[in-house]
Amino acid sequence: MSITEILFFFLSALAVFSAIMVLVSRNPVHSVLWLIAVFFAISGHYILLNAQFLAIVNLIVYAGAIMVLFLFVIMLMNINKQTERNKHIWMKLAGAVSGGCFLMVLVSLVRQANDFQEKTALMGTGDIGLIKNLGKALFSDFVVPFEISSVLFLSAMVGAVVIGKKE
Amino acid sequence: MPIQYYIYLSLALFSIGIIGVLTRRNAIIVFMCVELMLNAVNLLLVAFSKMHHGVALAADPATTAGIDGQLFVFFIMVVAAAEVSVGLAIIVMMYRNVHSVDINFLNRLKN
Repeated sequence: MSITEILFFFLSALAVFSAIMVLVSRNPVHSVLWLIAVFFAISGHYILLNAQFLAIVNLIVYAGAIMVLFLFVIMLMNINKQTERNKHIWMKLAGAVSGGCFLMVLVSLVRQANDFQEKTALMGTGDIGLIKNLGKALFSDFVVPFEISSVLFLSAMVGAVVIGKKE
Repeated sequence: MPIQYYIYLSLALFSIGIIGVLTRRNAIIVFMCVELMLNAVNLLLVAFSKMHHGVALAADPATTAGIDGQLFVFFIMVVAAAEVSVGLAIIVMMYRNVHSVDINFLNRLKN
């Protein structure tokens, strides 16, 4: 077993375990912290796939900005204690069963698909994930969506202020 | 690494997100599960981009095939950042009106 495989399975187990802990934590602050662990594990996967720019952007944008926003909102509302009333066990069971059925159908689909046999993802090599190549493609082929996304950010900023403003 | 492993990992994360959306009632945790599903899709896009690049690299050593997938991930992150700011503003407004973030209080339109 090579070091890449060991890292892959370790990061996968960490991601799945942390994702389950996001669900079962009663305290929303703990959920946020476990979700940050999921994002770190996914960034580790990006580094294994040699997508270094996306790894750093994932850490800065998701773990750095979005999760801080979540934490601020939770602390502003002061809901860091368990406020969720006990729900019917049948509803939880129905949700888990339907999610499990979805997973089962897709896994059996992937197992039978011929397109995915003998295909491997390139690990550690290939330089399309480096910031030089991504920047060239972003500012030549994708420059119009890039500029439109700045308009999207402006409208999101105005929308957040308008919605969150007191009457 | 075989591409199936990445597909299974992404499917597991996506299904955990779906189960969270279906079973939890705290609006913030539902929102966090949506973020989890977005990240599962991002991971799958990067893995597929590396798979496509590996196939194209055998024919042409100087190819940049597969770079589109990574740029899609970049744009998904951009849109997710904008979406989170608006969504959290909506949750704050909802908390201010009904003093709770339980999504079962949002059935007022029913009557």
